[in-house]
Amino acid sequence: MLSRRIIPCLDVRDGRVVKGVRFRDHVDAGAILELAVRYRDDGADELVFYDIGASPAGRTVERAWVERVAAVLDIPFCVAGGIASVEDARRVLASGADKISVNTPALLRPALIGELAEAFGVQCVVVGIDSRRDDDGEWRVVSHSGDPATMRALPRRTLDWVREAQMLGAGEIVLNCMDRDGVRAGYDLPQLRAVRAVCAVPLIASGGAGAIEHFAAAFREADVDGALAASVFHTGAVAIPALKAELRAQGIEVRDV
Amino acid sequence: MSEVVIVDSGGANLGSVRNALARLGVAATLTLDAQRIRRAARVLLPGVGAAAPVMRRLREAGLVEVLRTLQAPLLGICVGMQVLFERSEEGDVAGLGLLPGAVRRMVAAPGLRLPHMGWNRLRRERDSPLLDGLGDGTRMYFVHGYAAAAERADCVASVDYGARHCALVVRGNVAGVQFHPERSGAAGARLLSNFLAWQPT
Repeated sequence: MLSRRIIPCLDVRDGRVVKGVRFRDHVDAGAILELAVRYRDDGADELVFYDIGASPAGRTVERAWVERVAAVLDIPFCVAGGIASVEDARRVLASGADKISVNTPALLRPALIGELAEAFGVQCVVVGIDSRRDDDGEWRVVSHSGDPATMRALPRRTLDWVREAQMLGAGEIVLNCMDRDGVRAGYDLPQLRAVRAVCAVPLIASGGAGAIEHFAAAFREADVDGALAASVFHTGAVAIPALKAELRAQGIEVRDV
Repeated sequence: MSEVVIVDSGGANLGSVRNALARLGVAATLTLDAQRIRRAARVLLPGVGAAAPVMRRLREAGLVEVLRTLQAPLLGICVGMQVLFERSEEGDVAGLGLLPGAVRRMVAAPGLRLPHMGWNRLRRERDSPLLDGLGDGTRMYFVHGYAAAAERADCVASVDYGARHCALVVRGNVAGVQFHPERSGAAGARLLSNFLAWQPT
């Protein structure tokens, strides 16, 4: 049986890992390699590195740290941030990343998803979606979420974008529920359930993890394939070995280390 | 010659395979050179993406016969395993034909997401030195949408995902893994180190 994945997300800026609350006020959380290896040793199933400086600054991911991570890490990792073309993606993958994640550039030009799938296979192509609930009760997509100054709420409905992204060649969807991001009140289960119902590729929950029970609920009640979290791991509020032990005790399939 | 070579099949995981071998203390050479591959002590054939571009690249480099007649131990990884077979349904492409049969598209079902992506358990079907130190149920990292069926005499380990698929195949000097040992943590490193020590019978 396929294991449910636990995925720490490391926000990277200027070669350091930072953490954010509601996408603002980043605080330094440590050196990239040190944290990556610690999470690997703790039993992380995969890592996501998000170069939060790249997209707002209009540049792509710095290759140097990707290469350093790739040389050391023996679990899969995905890199996000400012990847807007096949060439950008090729550089990141050639540096050793297993997958690349695209968000705003795919919203600006959806054909990018198909181009990436064609060039590298769907298994490399993760589409990250920032989504929040509007006053009318619809979930809609937000672009340029890396920078509060340029963030834009789009008219595009999240469920429509999830369907379209899959048709274009997304191999995995990471749904970041912005209303929950960084506040540790639990994953947005209604939204995850709604997206799960239209998502035939692996779906990763993001935004809101604050306690072990939140992970269990996302797997049990929204049937997500993986759960991504940042601050709750960086601060030590949830330790991965204890998390996995509890999930296992609840009958949720997870990988032993 | 005791060189370990990685066939430069053009996939994105070449560097990962090379890094994984480096962590085992082996400096592998990445090459498309037929002479070098023919003389190598061990050959790894990685691949990600699709079978057709990998086969095109092998044909253009004149490597099809080299790999078909190789005496040294050969390990295909992921799509590199899939091209060891006679055919792949993906793009309806002819493979190297080192293993009989075809690789077919996996079938999606409710609750069964494709691609098959993540950590899944190996089920030991037969004994092989390639499984030394890897107990039944060991988890490896898989990413694929096509697979060979497990019902075959050369299937050494299988994986359950909708159906039983071949996860590790061994025939003569040829081995293939559907998972990514280079991304499967300590268990993957053990598989690679077993391959480096493997004396096919």
